[in-house]
Amino acid sequence: MPAYYFALALRSLRRSAALTALMILAIGLGIGASMTMLTVLHVMSGDPLPGRSGLLYVPQLDPQPLERNTPRRAAPGMPDSLTWVDAANLLQARRADRQAAMAGGSLAVRPAQEAAQPFFQPGRFVTADFFPMFGAPFRAGTGWTAQDDAQRARVVVLNAELGRRLFGDASAIGRTVRLKDTDFRVVGVLDDWRPQPTFYAQIDSRIFGRPDQFFLPLQTALDLKFDFSGNYACWGSDGGGRSSDHCTWLQFWVQLDSPAKVRAYRDFLADYWRGQQAHGRFPRPPDARLHGLVEWLALQRAIPGDLRLQLWLALGFLGVCMVNIVGLLLAKFLRRSGEISVRRALGARRRDIFVQFGVESAVIGVAGGMLGLAVAGLGLWSVRQRPDGYAQLAQMDVAMLLGTFALAIGASVLAGLLPAWRACRVAPALQLKTR
Amino acid sequence: MQLRPMLASLSRHRLTVLLLVLQVTFTCAIVCNVAFMIAQRMAQVRLPSGLAENELVTIESDSLDDARPLARHAADLAALRDIPGVVAAAAVDALPFNGNNWSNGVPTAPDAPARLTATAFNGTPGELATLGLRLLEGRDFLPGEYLPVDSAHDWSGLDRVPATIVTKALAERLFPGQDALGRLVYPGNGPVRIVGVVEHLLRPRLRDDAGNEDSMLFPMLPDAGNVVYVLRTSPQQRGQVLERAAQVLRQRDGNRIVHRAQTFEQLRDDYLRHDRTMIGLLLAAATGLLLVTAVGIAGLASFWVQQRRRAIGIRRAVGATRGDILRYFQAENFLIVGGGAILGMALAGVLNAQLMAYYELPRLPLAYLPAGAAALWLLGQLAVLGPALRAAALPPAMVMRGD
Repeated sequence: MPAYYFALALRSLRRSAALTALMILAIGLGIGASMTMLTVLHVMSGDPLPGRSGLLYVPQLDPQPLERNTPRRAAPGMPDSLTWVDAANLLQARRADRQAAMAGGSLAVRPAQEAAQPFFQPGRFVTADFFPMFGAPFRAGTGWTAQDDAQRARVVVLNAELGRRLFGDASAIGRTVRLKDTDFRVVGVLDDWRPQPTFYAQIDSRIFGRPDQFFLPLQTALDLKFDFSGNYACWGSDGGGRSSDHCTWLQFWVQLDSPAKVRAYRDFLADYWRGQQAHGRFPRPPDARLHGLVEWLALQRAIPGDLRLQLWLALGFLGVCMVNIVGLLLAKFLRRSGEISVRRALGARRRDIFVQFGVESAVIGVAGGMLGLAVAGLGLWSVRQRPDGYAQLAQMDVAMLLGTFALAIGASVLAGLLPAWRACRVAPALQLKTR
Repeated sequence: MQLRPMLASLSRHRLTVLLLVLQVTFTCAIVCNVAFMIAQRMAQVRLPSGLAENELVTIESDSLDDARPLARHAADLAALRDIPGVVAAAAVDALPFNGNNWSNGVPTAPDAPARLTATAFNGTPGELATLGLRLLEGRDFLPGEYLPVDSAHDWSGLDRVPATIVTKALAERLFPGQDALGRLVYPGNGPVRIVGVVEHLLRPRLRDDAGNEDSMLFPMLPDAGNVVYVLRTSPQQRGQVLERAAQVLRQRDGNRIVHRAQTFEQLRDDYLRHDRTMIGLLLAAATGLLLVTAVGIAGLASFWVQQRRRAIGIRRAVGATRGDILRYFQAENFLIVGGGAILGMALAGVLNAQLMAYYELPRLPLAYLPAGAAALWLLGQLAVLGPALRAAALPPAMVMRGD
């Protein structure tokens, strides 16, 4: 019977070929556009550190005055970064299993060869716990110790790409790299570490794409007056500076291994806030926060608003296409009430009619799904042509491929369900009488 | 035209009519908002920067040693001005679209709170002429007014600078309805006099609100390791001037990184590329939605025409003209699409409220709602015209024979 229904469906669809083609096109475009954007958002909201992300937290404090009269380069609301003073206090307290402060910066790297031109590389100024806390994989060597931090050691950890660019395939450990105007000793090389997004940085449009290429001690960078990048917000009228207690610019992460420790750290932060108030700082009412990694990325809107908007646009388009197809199929099936009545009178059950028309809408759905897959492939290709960091991530994986099929079949069955049900409810006697 | 029989007929197809109304509602709501977003982005893409855009090229230099930046910039500029084709040159820190934004609160009285923040544009003498800014009132800076930014000490030049030139838009926002020329403002610790007003100057980063021209020029010399050289030349000579400029800078001092050598138009295009992509996608979505809806209306109408052949024949036989049949289908469509469009206007408002909450979109101007509804009404009439004409052309006798 299904084969017969299939043949019937094809014949019926061919009778209004133009409309059938348009229905397939509409569902194909709708599914293709939706799957393109769902895939892009899916790969962008992946876990940057599988297995570790559940243990990582960001403390958020607000040392700003109650009423600011002269905002100097400042953003409203609770700062997303810490001041040097608070970061140093939290580091010294050592109340988490691990803790690290960090800030981004771009430095001129000077190759050892005289002829080679210096070039800029993005990197990060961090404290010792950074590497073990984030589980950064070392290809050779190790990170540095808290003692190195305190002594402002001139050591550097390179990522694989920069290591290869400077030293080729030879071992880089113990070699010297000149950054800006200072020599650093290479103590470790990472195994091409590129968490996507670069979750530990200040959240902006650059967190997807190219990873940091070097890491060196934060205090050393401060000492050498290196240029930091990222938002640097100060308040008050007396000139600030990086080490003042009224300029926020540092990212701070802690590792907390158990829920009990998370609770304890929350309490510690609240105590810290009140303790600072005793010293005349933190005039705002205590409201210390501790965010998990995934929550932090959502809170800071790591995924650009435009992309979300594009997803809603695609889903809206798919929704309108679906309503359109339901309406067209309904009208089309009901026009064949006479045919249905004759079949019913000759002994076909309601179920038979339902299956017959179900098959017809499924044919449209499967064809639309195939087209949708092709459109999604094209859509992802066009996303990869964008000049953004996330562009290279836009690849279809198995889960999304299966998801596309599921969406196509689900959408078409859903679109066919109502018309087919309505068709099988046609009262045969009434229809036959009017013929 | 009798409304009652039409409604009676439609009530026989309740489900189908409901679906069509639903589709028109969604389309109307989405298209209204999309049209507004397109208008927003278009306005942003078309903002005048105030610069002689097609005559400018920029090149950035990052020095690797911190010694004597002022002397180095002066010597660089002298060498750059000698390049054939270069009309003027200046060293600056910020430019429209270059992202290098240093904003300060600008109180209009000492120790008063600042109502807005404005971007500081600093540059060497001749910046106005090089960029091609149009001075509406007042004068350019005097040679005696220039001093270093003092970037090594928290940009404290701002506390001592005597003069500023502001945009017309900023002047109006600082002193609404008054003449801003000659007035004092307090972006740093000391008073700064407004000595001139320029027509336009966009900020290095655009925002969605009205503050895109909150810009003030200061007679302060960039003294950080990083500096942007702007050269003015003729549109045809931009390529070769850029090439030569990179050579000149590297030859003068190899201990630096010369990068981002580009025309101002490239800088602008790169900055606005996201908006262009978005405009394209929004246009495609709106067109797609309208097309799908038109196809839906036309398809449904043609099914109905086939289904009602007998009824049409009877009506023709008892005296209805072709025009009556045509008008009947048009009126029916008018009712359905009209219902959808009215609901769509309401849904557009709801959708806009959501967008405002999540995407910092401004409120949808009310004019978009009737415009969107009218567009859908028109689209519905066009889509139904084909099937309706076919219905009107049916010969009554043949239909009555039960063919």
